[in-house]
Amino acid sequence: MNRRGFLKRASLAGAAALAPPAGVEPQSPAPRAAAPATPIMSAAAETSPPPDVEILTTDRTGSDFMVDVLKSIGLDYICANPGSSFRGIHESVINYGGNTQPELLTCCHEESSVAMGHGYAKVEGKPLGVFAHGTVGLQHAAMAIYNAWCDRVPVYIMLGNQLDATMRRPGAEWAHSVQDAAAMVRDFTKWDDAPISLPHFAESAVRAYKIAMTPPMAPVVLVLNAELQEQPLAADARVAIPKLAIPSPPEGDSRAVAEAARLLVAAEHPVIVADRLARTPAGMAHLVELAEALQAGVVSQSGRMNFPTRHPLNLSQARAIADADVILALEVGDLWGVLNTFRDQLHRSTRANVKPGTKIISITSGDLYVKANYQDFQRFAEVDLPIAADGEATLPALVDAVRRATNADRKRVFESRGAKLAEASRAALERARLEASYAWDASPVTTARLCAELWGQIRNEDWTLVNGTGGWAQRLWNFDKPYQWNGGSGGAGVGYGAPAAVGAALAHKRHGRLAVNIQADGDLMYAPGVLWTAAHHRIPLLSVMHNNRAYHQELMHVQKMCNRHSRGIERGRIGSELVDPPIDYAKVAQGLGLHAEGPITDPNEVGPAIARAMASVKRGEPALVDVVCQPR
Amino acid sequence: MARLILIAAIVVVAGAVRAQPPPTSQPAPPAGDADRGKTLFARNGCYQCHNYEGQGGAAGPRIAPNPLPFRGFTAYVRAPRGDMPPYTVKVMSDQDLADVHAYLRSRARPRDVSTNPLLSR
Repeated sequence: MNRRGFLKRASLAGAAALAPPAGVEPQSPAPRAAAPATPIMSAAAETSPPPDVEILTTDRTGSDFMVDVLKSIGLDYICANPGSSFRGIHESVINYGGNTQPELLTCCHEESSVAMGHGYAKVEGKPLGVFAHGTVGLQHAAMAIYNAWCDRVPVYIMLGNQLDATMRRPGAEWAHSVQDAAAMVRDFTKWDDAPISLPHFAESAVRAYKIAMTPPMAPVVLVLNAELQEQPLAADARVAIPKLAIPSPPEGDSRAVAEAARLLVAAEHPVIVADRLARTPAGMAHLVELAEALQAGVVSQSGRMNFPTRHPLNLSQARAIADADVILALEVGDLWGVLNTFRDQLHRSTRANVKPGTKIISITSGDLYVKANYQDFQRFAEVDLPIAADGEATLPALVDAVRRATNADRKRVFESRGAKLAEASRAALERARLEASYAWDASPVTTARLCAELWGQIRNEDWTLVNGTGGWAQRLWNFDKPYQWNGGSGGAGVGYGAPAAVGAALAHKRHGRLAVNIQADGDLMYAPGVLWTAAHHRIPLLSVMHNNRAYHQELMHVQKMCNRHSRGIERGRIGSELVDPPIDYAKVAQGLGLHAEGPITDPNEVGPAIARAMASVKRGEPALVDVVCQPR
Repeated sequence: MARLILIAAIVVVAGAVRAQPPPTSQPAPPAGDADRGKTLFARNGCYQCHNYEGQGGAAGPRIAPNPLPFRGFTAYVRAPRGDMPPYTVKVMSDQDLADVHAYLRSRARPRDVSTNPLLSR
């Protein structure tokens, strides 16, 4: 049967299924006469024998086929806060699909659903699915989608919607329906479609996955029409599912790569800056190869786990680019911000961080796909050699080109340079340890002490830091495996941390890794229900609160305004603090089903509390320790 | 955002280094009250970047227990060269700054890092 023929028959079957019983007004746009004599849900209708011709059940539906497609593309999980506009596929996932691959995860907020997908994808290397209402659900989800967009992370979002106005139930279903559901997030998603048939769905579902997974990666949206989900499907109906093949990521032009290698080998002070570089576990290994081939310093920004923190060529703490004569920027989201300093005073000003004549090489897939409205592309940076390509995919060719261009003389220069950089890196670690020791016994607990105590407990485990703030972990801990850091929110939308940590912990669960989350208090209050999701689905996650009892970033901004205007500098906390009453996060977490302790104010109590929480996590459960901390 | 804070911190450090005071031939700074300085340090928002003990952090450099000499300290606080918010005499008097300076000087020096098992591995 061809697709058109199938659809015709499926449509006829649907029409038969919807054929009105005797005495019931047909669903048609024809002018309505008087109200039907027997309302559908009347007591009489409920207690009378059913009409012979009415078909009220079906063995197979369009949403069953949709689940077949989702299984074919390899979605392991779907995060959802339940919604009637996708009730059809919800039921198909849990019954027809057996609630496995994909498995439905119960979420308490659509922002949590998407942010879980955000954190999950950076670990697993592929998206999970999200179900949401096309209206109210997507409105909740929008900020988290924007974060994933800015962070170049794929999330596979499916929205329920009832397009046919004559088929909508009165009331809420009208309020939950929309002409163009994806319009609201089209500015910060990579692709969307609203299929009107099952073959159309199959093609678009596979296409969406392929687009989401091609660098630069980003969220995609499919709108699942409720009629399409719920239409009966003939038992012998066959609809083809297109084969999925993920395109190889774009590699840099060979001549440009050779020129980059020539510049780097000839440089006296080359510096590599990496941000959202490592998409896969291979990314870190490639960057180590390049840095060692050049004996060049590496400044790893926090976008991904790019480079081991204690590698002798790691200059991330020194951020030493002032003396660089060549800078290689790898998937750097804000290159202008690396090359310049912006002074945020009454009269804003900028100055260069690099000396004149420094050659800038950039390799980023960001050059391949930009949209206009939202400004996450940052200020325009002048680049001498821009290579529009995926950074990780280009690194092997660049390493080869560097090795080919390196002669014995340059090798000697490199070795000498490497020895100096190793000393600088070692000194930076010693400096960090010394700085961490100041105010060691202070209460509230310093963020350095918090990280040192946490490190003391986890250092002999197979750990991973799935979310965190402040940077002390990167300064003090030995990150040497590609899965030990999961990057940040991308769009700085607060509320990312807790759900992204749960999503990442979900991905780490099958590897048996200890997922650790340094959880900001303000972030948790956006949607704390995600802790319940972790408890309900037995997702092991150790959350240690960096509880500074404020939206502290904003508090500093308001303080700046207070100072600038010299009026009421003592009032800067109003509107930004989370005090009076202070929030008891341990009780919040306990109420959501977690082992939790706190609030802890004595630094000597932090380590033992973490040890007790780890015992719960090792049993496969989430746990939380609330530590009252200094601001940053 | 974290990147911006780090850059700001670098700028503040650089500014602080440049803000060394002129040679001493000026009036002695006012004596400071460390207890009052502690209150002012918290109440006036200094802690927000430098933390409660002046130990520094992600948003501001360490300024205790050895802050810049008082003249340089005052000059920098009044007219910061980096991102730090300016504190005019209208909101913090020289005496207030002297009290804060005394508080910062009174902060304990850390013990030897090599004796701290949590910081030596």
